[in-house]
Amino acid sequence: MARIDLNHIRHAYGPNPKSDKDYALREVHHSWEDGGAYALLGPSGCGKTTLLNIISGLIHPSHGQLLFSGQDVTNLSTQERNIAQVFQFPVIYDTMTVYDNLAFPLRNRGVPEAEIDRKVRETLEMIDLASWSGKKARGLTADQKQKISLGRGLVRSDVNAILFDEPLTVIDPHMKWVLRSQLKQLHQRFGYTMVYVTHDQTEALTFAQKVVVMYDGEIVQIGTPEELFERPKHTFVGYFIGSPGMNVMPVQLSGDIAQVGSHKISLPAPATPAGAKKLELGIRPEYVRLGREGMPVQIAKVEDIGRHKIVRTRLENQDIAVIVGEGEAIPADPHIAFDPKGINIYADSWRVGGTDPWKRLGTTKPGSWFCPSCCWWLSPLSSH
Amino acid sequence: MVLPVLLLVAFSAVIPLMTVVNYSVQDTFGNNQFFWAGTEWFTEILQSERFHSALIRNLVFSLIILAIEVPLGIIIALNMPRKGLGVPVCLVLMALPLLIPWNVVGTIWQVFGRVDIGLLGHTLESLGINYNYVQNPMHAWFTVILMDVWHWTSLVVLLCYAGLVSIPDAFYQAAKIDGASRWAVFRYIQLPKMNRVLLIAVLLRFMDSFMIYTEPFVVTGGGPGNSTTFLSIDLVKVAIGQFDLGPAAAMSIVYFLIILLLSWVFYTVMTNYDAER
Repeated sequence: MARIDLNHIRHAYGPNPKSDKDYALREVHHSWEDGGAYALLGPSGCGKTTLLNIISGLIHPSHGQLLFSGQDVTNLSTQERNIAQVFQFPVIYDTMTVYDNLAFPLRNRGVPEAEIDRKVRETLEMIDLASWSGKKARGLTADQKQKISLGRGLVRSDVNAILFDEPLTVIDPHMKWVLRSQLKQLHQRFGYTMVYVTHDQTEALTFAQKVVVMYDGEIVQIGTPEELFERPKHTFVGYFIGSPGMNVMPVQLSGDIAQVGSHKISLPAPATPAGAKKLELGIRPEYVRLGREGMPVQIAKVEDIGRHKIVRTRLENQDIAVIVGEGEAIPADPHIAFDPKGINIYADSWRVGGTDPWKRLGTTKPGSWFCPSCCWWLSPLSSH
Repeated sequence: MVLPVLLLVAFSAVIPLMTVVNYSVQDTFGNNQFFWAGTEWFTEILQSERFHSALIRNLVFSLIILAIEVPLGIIIALNMPRKGLGVPVCLVLMALPLLIPWNVVGTIWQVFGRVDIGLLGHTLESLGINYNYVQNPMHAWFTVILMDVWHWTSLVVLLCYAGLVSIPDAFYQAAKIDGASRWAVFRYIQLPKMNRVLLIAVLLRFMDSFMIYTEPFVVTGGGPGNSTTFLSIDLVKVAIGQFDLGPAAAMSIVYFLIILLLSWVFYTVMTNYDAER
């Protein structure tokens, strides 16, 4: 296991990058703790796979330095870095048995056969495939194959980190839950440093202790699922995480009064961004109250998704989504009010003000996780 | 609705085949006079040393061809570029020999091997080798095999290449991470993925080389002596050269049964392999 330090890493696929646009990865400068579970979350093309491949050594960065536990590995090959990686599509050695698949990385490294046998059996137990050890690997289901890919990493006791590149893409939905919770258990029991790339926020938020949100070649925020939800540092994070995403609207500020269209909203604290070209107010649909008081809106659409309703409203020219509890009535003369706790102010898309810091739902039990689609804390390993 | 198909099959296969069967059990001296011969020709063919040696020559030829073309095809396919301008260039170069009519291939090599004007013959001669495919059986075999390798290795290459490019990058990356050697990558990733196309390649090459006629006929005419007289060449010699229609018919039926048997063996191997998957 290792701490991963990313020192001013930049990467461009083409030669001679000139402007920022030529970089697939603009500048990443972070330190990831030993034994941490990190998820790289972002839309396609945001650079998350590039970053993962830089860590695994499949790509060497154009600039910057990569350290594993303080040791410079920037120019080392994939083998020398001693990492494990699970790919989007299960990679297994078709002609080998499950046992031989797991033994393969050890045999390649010349580990004595007795030691191999011990490690492989131990790993088969861990990934729950002990009864399949003698079967040919090609006959297995996709999720079992994916477990073998994982097992080939786990079998090496000295791996620095285990990397996952959207590993659940080809897995059936009902098995995704099972695999994800098994992954989490493995992480809790053995403390591997894990980095998990995904574009699925549920996957990222359930898997990781820290979620790294990437956008356009940059890391825009690293935080716990709760931080990402409550205090998105960038409007992209607000929009990308949550379902539906954060309402973001242009705003004018004077002291602690924010003006949206013709309506004035008082802020809990004055925000004074200096020299910003674009000012915005962001509020999650969970913090918009629909009732008879506040700003008058028209209702465009009501989506009933079972647990709650998403009400799409229009405030003058601004679309605002509101989440309303299943039992609550929608008034005939609808008005909305913003809960001051949920207001964030953004200058040029970056967060400059809002209510900070606070906890919305009190303390949470260790191991519990925040589900973005129902916006609630769930107990460890449970589904909805 | 079945009638057109029946007619088509009857005229293209059944009637000619029956004619051959008919000839194979009769003797003729021309003038449309036929005498019943029974299984005489079959006994004669199966016991004739001439047929045996042609069959053995043919099998040896096919085995040598396979032993050279399959590994060579794999090696070339492994070393072909996967992307960039090299891909179309290589593919076109590879496909070129396959597009040339067989008798032209024969003519090319017939000229190529000549000592007086051929590049190959002349070069070998100036290297001090007394190369003469018209008189030396070894040289004749060398020329015919070299010609077949030149003509058909591309087919194996193209099939293998198609198998190789279907392997996702992740497999190679995973192999790197697992610390696999170049040989292990070939043995456990590339070879299993090429398995099916290789079977097809072996089948095609075996069948084709077992039926080879045009190219050696043009280059050596089956000689010197009978050293490159393969089954098909021998058959034509008997049927048209000697006008022994009976023995020739019996011989083609035996030849046909051998090919049928070998095809069945290959087919069974391939379908079993599929079922196992």
